Amino acid sequence: MALDKPYQDVPGTTIFDAEQSRLGYHLNQFCMSLMKAENRARFKANERAYLDEWPMSEEQKQAVMARDLNWCIRLGGNIYFLAKIGATDGKSFQQMAGSMTGMTEEEYRDMMIAGGRSVEGNRVVGEDGNAQAHRQPQGKSQQKAGA
Amino acid sequence: MARITASVYTSHVPAIGAALDLGKSGEPYWKKVFSGYEFSKQWLRDNTPDVIFLVYNDHANAFSLEMIPTFAIGCAAEFAIADEGWGPRPVPVVKGHPELAAHIAQSVIQDDFDLTIVNRMPVDHGLTVPLSLMCGQPAAWPCPVIPFAVNVVQYPVPSGRRCFNLGRAIRKAAASYDQPLKVQIWGTGGMSHQLQGPRAGLINREFDNAFLDRLIADPAGLAQMPHIDYVREAGSEGIELVMWLIARGAMSDNPPRVAHRFYHVPASNTAVGHLILENT
Repeated sequence: MALDKPYQDVPGTTIFDAEQSRLGYHLNQFCMSLMKAENRARFKANERAYLDEWPMSEEQKQAVMARDLNWCIRLGGNIYFLAKIGATDGKSFQQMAGSMTGMTEEEYRDMMIAGGRSVEGNRVVGEDGNAQAHRQPQGKSQQKAGA
Repeated sequence: MARITASVYTSHVPAIGAALDLGKSGEPYWKKVFSGYEFSKQWLRDNTPDVIFLVYNDHANAFSLEMIPTFAIGCAAEFAIADEGWGPRPVPVVKGHPELAAHIAQSVIQDDFDLTIVNRMPVDHGLTVPLSLMCGQPAAWPCPVIPFAVNVVQYPVPSGRRCFNLGRAIRKAAASYDQPLKVQIWGTGGMSHQLQGPRAGLINREFDNAFLDRLIADPAGLAQMPHIDYVREAGSEGIELVMWLIARGAMSDNPPRVAHRFYHVPASNTAVGHLILENT
């Protein structure tokens, strides 16, 4: 019998469950390795060579090199682990979170100061809120926003 | 016996720690956040307990995917400050209370809650930001702290009901300790926030304030709320709020006295909520 996963119809959201964790095990453990300064230095010196030391899929490596956090999450990454890449790049949590919306840093920061993203229209897939797939990307950032 | 005198609830946003450590707490953006804790710092000076039992979650710092304990109790004499990738926060080392921690572990496990006993656990912003908010920047924390880490990173996380009942088991454990200690229990994390995907930045004031109301007046009812309601209404990381139910469950069954309540949006990506409840 299939497991009950009622969280799969929340728009713009990937719940890090046991299945995602299994997919992303090596990706997330690679991220953990960046907590050591010497590993951060080796990664920055040659990202590809450092990633090749890990049994990650080619797509996971591409997603990391592209710094596309939505793509990383689809492949099993978890934001608290992926944050180690952001720390290596000198990015704050707000910059990382904002990068997944398609907004510029300023647009995202302004949204938060204005009270954050509304839940209206963003509870269930198929509504018309700004986190829904048909309204991506949301801002003026040139970064790929993913889906 | 040890007595739980009060409970404290607060968000533990990492950027709050960074603002304090980098001397930005006077900036208008951060002043609004810290203003909600002025009362609390004085309250803690006036009501310093013998031990703080601090419920928080690790954010991929002490625990990677190698091991994911649902409930981990820190039984060591000392806990180092984690380097989360930006360097360890410049805050005092956390002194534990191994005797009370071991006693609680023994009692709570015999009450059917399978805690993981941990003796080496660097503590991250989940634990140190609440201490900073409540104590400012002291040379040493005002009392020993028992770190209690809850998995809210990988699903499924423990249910609100289980957290609430665990709090009750902790209350019972404290009551059977043979030293007359005053213990505070703190529940941290939340409130509404989402850090991932196109829905990042979600905030729900209405949900948060209703949560605070019910935490005060109807915690047993609130504990029945299923995970999906937290995710849908308060964002994927809003699920951290189940940890507040551990602290609330450890309080007496009598209505608490609300010593302080504060709510503010935003701190970085997150809604800041804060309560101090005293046992009557």
